[in-house]
Amino acid sequence: MNIPLTMFLVFIAITLGITYWASRRSAGASAYFAASRQIKGWQNGVAVAGDYMSAASFLGIAGLIAFYGYDGFMYSVGWLVAYLTVLLVIAEPLRNAGKYTMADVLAYRLKPRPVRATASLSTLVVSAIYMIAQMIGAGTLVKLLLGGMVTYNQAVIGVGILMIVYVVFGGMLATTWVQIIKAILLMSGTFLLSILVLAHFHFSFSQFFAAISQVTYRDAKGAVVVKDFLQPGLLYKAPYGPLNLISLGLALIFGTAGLPHILVRFYTVPDAKTARHSVVWAMVLIGSFYIMTTFLGFGAATIVGPDYIKGHGGTNMSAPLLANALGGSIFFAFISAIAFATILAVVAGLTISATTSFSHDFWTNVIHNGVERKPGEEVTVARISAFVVGAVAIALAIVLQTWNVAFLVALAFAVAASANLPVIVLSIFWRRFNTVGAVSGLAVGLLASIGLILISPSVMGIDPPTVTGAARHLIQAKAWFPLDHPGIISIPLGFVGAILGTLVTHEPASQDKFNELLVRSNTGLGAEKATTH
Amino acid sequence: MGNAGRNLEAAQPQYQASQLTWDKIAESKEFKDLMATKKTFIVPAFIFFVVYYFALPVLVGYAPQFMSIKVGYLNLAYLFALSQFFVAWIIAGLYVRAANNFDRLAEDILNKAEDAKGGK
Repeated sequence: MNIPLTMFLVFIAITLGITYWASRRSAGASAYFAASRQIKGWQNGVAVAGDYMSAASFLGIAGLIAFYGYDGFMYSVGWLVAYLTVLLVIAEPLRNAGKYTMADVLAYRLKPRPVRATASLSTLVVSAIYMIAQMIGAGTLVKLLLGGMVTYNQAVIGVGILMIVYVVFGGMLATTWVQIIKAILLMSGTFLLSILVLAHFHFSFSQFFAAISQVTYRDAKGAVVVKDFLQPGLLYKAPYGPLNLISLGLALIFGTAGLPHILVRFYTVPDAKTARHSVVWAMVLIGSFYIMTTFLGFGAATIVGPDYIKGHGGTNMSAPLLANALGGSIFFAFISAIAFATILAVVAGLTISATTSFSHDFWTNVIHNGVERKPGEEVTVARISAFVVGAVAIALAIVLQTWNVAFLVALAFAVAASANLPVIVLSIFWRRFNTVGAVSGLAVGLLASIGLILISPSVMGIDPPTVTGAARHLIQAKAWFPLDHPGIISIPLGFVGAILGTLVTHEPASQDKFNELLVRSNTGLGAEKATTH
Repeated sequence: MGNAGRNLEAAQPQYQASQLTWDKIAESKEFKDLMATKKTFIVPAFIFFVVYYFALPVLVGYAPQFMSIKVGYLNLAYLFALSQFFVAWIIAGLYVRAANNFDRLAEDILNKAEDAKGGK
C-alpha cells in the first residue's frame, strides 16, 4: 500500500478518535465554543501555533527560501514578531472582557446589534478568504503529495468533510487537540529535517553557509547562474519590492491580532494570565519553527536545487522533495502527512471561529436580541452553520480552482489589520469611541483592503498568451495600484474611518460605559470562569 | 439601546455593578497606579519592537550594500533578521515579568471590589 496514504489514514483515524472523545464533553455553549475554558496555558500555546502555521508557512516559506534565499527568510520574520501585538495589546483584555468572539468586547459599550452585525460580517469575510486559500492549497497539495492517487476535487471534498466532522461533533475541544497534535508533528518533522540537512554538511555551519553562497540554477532564460543566497534582493526588487514588504509587515503586525480564528483561542483558557502564558508558548514554537525553516529552505536550495524542484511540482514541493532526498520515501511520506495535518488543523480553526461568530453574534444577538429561544439553540445553530460553512468552502474551492488566488492570504491579513484591529483597539483604549465609529471603521477597513487588492498587481496584469490557467492574472490590464499588499494604505484608512465616524456623532451612553470596560479588561473583574463538566 | 437590558443574558458576564461603582474603581488610586504601571512598560516596548522590526525591510531595501557586509561566513542582513527572533522572545519574556507586577496590583483592586459586593 502507498506509504503517504497510509500515514494520512493513521492521522485521520487518530483525529476521529479525539473527536469522538471530545463529542462526549461538548455539551453546553461554554464547552462547545470555548472547550469549557479549561485548556492549559501550554496546550493553548501549542494549539495557537497549530492554528496559525498553515501549509503556506510550512511549504510556502521553505519554497520561498529555496528559490529566493535570504528574502524568503526576511519574509518569515514578521509572522513571529506580530505576536508581540497579540501579547502586549490584545490577548488579555479580550479574555477579560469577552465571552466567545471579538464582537463581545465591542458590544460592551457600543450598541450591540449594529456592532455585532458588522463585526460578524468582517469575521466571516476574513475566515472565508483564508478558508478558500487553504482549501485550494489543500486540493493541489494532497493531489501532489499522494502522487495523483486522488483528484483535486476528491482531496477538497475529503478535507472539507473532515473539518465538518471535527467541528460539528467535537467543537472547540476537538479542534484544539487536532491543532495540538498537528503542531507537535510539524515541530518534530521540521526538527528532524533540519538535523538531516546539517548532517548532510557534517554539522559544519561553515560548509553549510559556503554552499548557500553559491547556489547554481538556470534563470528564466535558461542560462546557468550562480547566486549567493544570503544576499538580499532576489525577491523584493526595486522600485516597489521593499515597500511591498513594509506593507505586508504592517498587515502582519496589526492583522495577526485581528484574526478571528486566533482570537477565539484565548477564550479556551481559564483566565487572562493563562492567555498571556499561552501567547509566550506559541511564540517559542512559532519562532523556532521559522528559524528551522531557514535550514529547510537553504537545504532544499543547496541539496536538491531549484531546477529539480521546478521540474517536480514547483516551490511548494521544496520541503517534501528535500525529505525525499535526505530520508527516502518513508520520510517523504511523513513530511507529506504533516503537511496534510497542517491543512486540516487550520481549516478546522477557521470553521469553528466562523460558526461561533455566526451563531453567537449574528443569530443570537443580532436576530434574536440576545435571547436563546430554547436552551442549547446557540450550539445547534453553530453545528448547522458548520455544515453550511464546510459545504460552501468545498464548492468555492472546486469552482475557483483555476483562478489565481495567491493574493487571498495577504487579503485576509489586510482585512483583519484594517477593519478588525482598529475597532478593537479603539474600543478598549479610547473613551470617546462610539457605535458609528466602529461600524464605519469596520466598513472602511474592509472595503479599502478588498478594493486595493482588486486593483493591485496580484489581480491586475497583462500576461502573454503562453501563460494559462491559474497562473493568469484575473484582470488583464495594467495594475492601478503598485503594491501587492494594501496594508500601508488600508490600515490608516481603517483608523481614519473609525475616528471620523466617532467624531461626527455623539453617543453619551458609550462614554458612560467606558470605565466599566476599562476596569473589566484590565483587572479581569467578572471575567468568564472555567466551567466544570 | 432599547435592547441592551435583554442583551445582558447572552453577552455580559456574571459580575454586575452600577455605573457609579465602575466609575469609583476607575477613579481609585489603585486602578490609576495599575494603568500607569502598564503604560510605562507597554508603550515603550511596543514602539521599540515596531521600530526594530521595520528597520529590517527598510535597511535591507534601501541600504543593501551596507547590509551585504560580510561577518564571518554570514552577513549583516542575515544576522539582523535572525536577531529579530531573539529580540521578540526577550520582549515577551520581559513582558511576562512586568505582568506579574500588573497581576499583583489588579489583585488588590479585585479584592476590594469583591469585598464591597459583600464577599460574593
